[in-house]
Amino acid sequence: MLKKLLLSFVIIMLMLSLSGCELALFDPKGPIGEQAKDLILISTGLLLIVIIPVLFMSIYFPYKFRKGNTKAEYKPHWEHSTKIEVIVWLVPCLIVAALAYVTYVTSHSLDPRKPLGKDEDTLTIQVVALDWKWLFIYPEQQIATVNEIAIPVNKPIEFLITSDTVMNSFFIPRLGSQIYAMAGMENRLNLMASEEGVFRGLSANYSGFGFSGMKFKTHSVSDEAFEQWVDKVKTSPKVLDNTTYQALTVKSKDNEVEHFADVDPLHFKKTIEKYTGVQNGQ
Amino acid sequence: MGSKATIITDPDPLTGKLTWDSIPVHDPVILPVMIAVALGGIFLFALITKMGKWRYLWDEWITSVDHKKIGIMYIIAAIIMLVRGFADALMMRAQQALATADSVGAGYLPPEHYDQIFTAHGVIMIFFVAMPLVVGLMNIVVPLQIGARDVAFPFLNSLSFWLFVVGAVLVNVSLFVGEFAATGWLAYPPLSGLEYSPWVGVDYWLWALQISGIGTLLTGINFFVTILRMRAPGMKLMQMPVFTWTSLCANVLIIISFPILTVTITLLTLDRYIGTNFFTNDLGGNQMMYVNLIWAWGHPEVYILILPAFGIFSEITATFSRKRLFGYTSLVWATAVIMVLSMVVWLHHFFTMGAGASVNAFFGIATMIISVPTGVKIFNWLFTMYKGRVEFSAAMWWTCSFLFTFTIGGMTGVMLAVPAADFVLHNSLFLIAHFHNVIIGGAVFGYFAGMTYWFPKATGFMLDEKLGKIACALWTVGFFAAFMPLYILGFNGMTRRLNYYDNPEWTPLLWIAAGGALIVLAGIMTQFYQIFVSIRDRHKNKDVTGDPWNARTLEWATSSPPPFYNFAELPKIHDRDEHYYKKEHGLAYQAPDKYKKIHMPKNTWAGVVISAFSLMMGFAFIWHIWWMAAFGFLGMIASWIMYSFERNKDYYVPVEQVEEIEAKHLDAVRQHAQTNS
Repeated sequence: MLKKLLLSFVIIMLMLSLSGCELALFDPKGPIGEQAKDLILISTGLLLIVIIPVLFMSIYFPYKFRKGNTKAEYKPHWEHSTKIEVIVWLVPCLIVAALAYVTYVTSHSLDPRKPLGKDEDTLTIQVVALDWKWLFIYPEQQIATVNEIAIPVNKPIEFLITSDTVMNSFFIPRLGSQIYAMAGMENRLNLMASEEGVFRGLSANYSGFGFSGMKFKTHSVSDEAFEQWVDKVKTSPKVLDNTTYQALTVKSKDNEVEHFADVDPLHFKKTIEKYTGVQNGQ
Repeated sequence: MGSKATIITDPDPLTGKLTWDSIPVHDPVILPVMIAVALGGIFLFALITKMGKWRYLWDEWITSVDHKKIGIMYIIAAIIMLVRGFADALMMRAQQALATADSVGAGYLPPEHYDQIFTAHGVIMIFFVAMPLVVGLMNIVVPLQIGARDVAFPFLNSLSFWLFVVGAVLVNVSLFVGEFAATGWLAYPPLSGLEYSPWVGVDYWLWALQISGIGTLLTGINFFVTILRMRAPGMKLMQMPVFTWTSLCANVLIIISFPILTVTITLLTLDRYIGTNFFTNDLGGNQMMYVNLIWAWGHPEVYILILPAFGIFSEITATFSRKRLFGYTSLVWATAVIMVLSMVVWLHHFFTMGAGASVNAFFGIATMIISVPTGVKIFNWLFTMYKGRVEFSAAMWWTCSFLFTFTIGGMTGVMLAVPAADFVLHNSLFLIAHFHNVIIGGAVFGYFAGMTYWFPKATGFMLDEKLGKIACALWTVGFFAAFMPLYILGFNGMTRRLNYYDNPEWTPLLWIAAGGALIVLAGIMTQFYQIFVSIRDRHKNKDVTGDPWNARTLEWATSSPPPFYNFAELPKIHDRDEHYYKKEHGLAYQAPDKYKKIHMPKNTWAGVVISAFSLMMGFAFIWHIWWMAAFGFLGMIASWIMYSFERNKDYYVPVEQVEEIEAKHLDAVRQHAQTNS
């Protein structure tokens, strides 16, 4: 059985390393995802220092000291060794200390709130989770979309995220971190794409029957292409006003991509204040 | 449910929300199950009636306060629920393997059904499989290990069990009457609130968990007192067997954390029933409070499940390495440290909720620190084998498989504890793979090891060893095949609870995972066959001496199964491995100079009757049948009062009966020793 175990483990690790280059989290398209990937690899590496010997011992010890092996030493009353105790407490402590340092540093450096560039260089996208679709508002461009975003490559993006329904989690795996969308609250997530391409986005927190359809495409494009996309959205016959927004809050599954040529710049704020009351000066 | 079920806002005074439409006879998946269960029930009822066994069942089992029998009933209930929970797992794996499509309708399960299945799977596996396995094993073993005649509060023990059964019954009734929650196993509001889940599913969840949770809390208090107050004379705390130690810590965690669950569920119940706003979106409700509270219970709960499993592995490793446990003191302290730390890590379940960097870092680091005592435990088991004579019994197979599997799960757990890494791994299939890795590869393998190890103690005959090893191999291979692909899928950006997905890259690995689930199915079927074969050959596999493994702790000093009073004379404790000490010093199997009469509790109707009323109350609340809820509630109170006025609760076992039972066992041991020498 142990051989089988070992074999299956090796096969899986092989599969992992072979397919590793294509996996979304190991092939990130932005600096945040890149750092998350490094962090996963560093922590795995640190842990393997103790995990590999343990896995080895968990096979070797029972094998070596099996009942049939009468040549092996047998000490039925041996139950304590200060030397071993010190090692088995100390080594994991040291590894955890190293990991704790990495954790503390990266918790701050990868804080989703932390801006990735100067304020004037940053594009703001407001995100509202609805049943069951994502509404995106570009306050500076005064456009809105459903289930589709475009972002200029190499431009810091600040997502301001809320929900007008239950809890969801806003996640674009190839760009990095996710964060919850909750009604009456604004969460911030700073991301950036360093390559052009189309990346999948989804909700990572179950939100009801239409949850699986809460997916969207992120188009990472050049500045010119972004301008063109904005212009295209502006040609849409629809605008986001109270009537069209009410229609959006009705439950729908696999909502189509929608474009809105105009939007109230305070729409996002009002969505939050619907639950909290008016927040003066905030 | 969903668009099909009508929402009744104005319940009928007599039948509440319940109508004939609540029974899903139109559902092609549920109808056959319903018919099968009904036929099976009728058959079982007829069989018991025909054999005239109702009296026996009532006297010997249903009203029993004997911890050993209650333990066996817990485990039987857990195995039945395992079948249900595993059927859910197979359906999910099949759905995800089939559901590559970019719009709803893929696979064979619509979200309205699928979402109930993943919710039920989680609820059943944690509350109605893992918990009763833990509590069942504690019931069978702990009083014996500490040399006690029963638990501190035998009636409460019976009540705990039947309250747990009520929870399990409610979950199963939801399959046939109405529907179950479709909210995920922890029912986060506002999704689980009235506005977003107006159907009765969440109410089933609330009442099933509330009632069985109170049962668990009573168990916690019961065993806490039992272990602290009822140890045999001379047994110091640091002489308790490790399983008793880990059970003690688990029960402390139950006492601390289950009240949080009770309160949280109560607040959500108030939100749903009388329109309060604890967790709603508006009017100041705070969903984040719920998430904090539920995990302040939920994380200790994980350790309630795993700590006793650690204890089981400690007993088994020492017994089958033919050696004293390495680093007993260190193991005990590691358990205590885990117990304390498990209460300060709950936030790692939601780093992505938006707490500040320092808060996240604190909880991340606290989580990692837990890995130190856990790692120490693994080293202690390894060094118990070191310089031992390891005998590969089936229980030891589970242990070895655990050591390997659990270590991997521990590693991925620490990875998830790094907040910035969790930002990309949270709610992904990596997370799913991780917690199945530690719960199956840690807790469940431990319970199976324990069931193999203590089966002869509970029943008087052994489980078939060879089939046990086959089952272990199938479970292990099946586990790796089912969950390693999930780790990879998590790295590939696949999140949990998807009903369908438009990324065809995920499909092949989901097929492998489904194949793994089938291998586990083969493992489970082997276990059923193992039980069948073992019962069939029970005379051949009889455990004559009560100590079939040449084991170390006190439970093996009794006959198998032990007499209902466990110990004719309370043992005086000399050593941690008391039974082994006595065997070594020629003190084992000695009759005392004089037997004394034994004071024992009488069986009682109260546990099952109070629980039956609570079932009535829970069901009535779910369907808003107020008169029946009041009737159930008053019934509970009235029967409790009636029970407390009962004077005839205990009796003495006469000396002659004790002498007869003891002589029989000592004769058997003597004969066995002679034929073997």
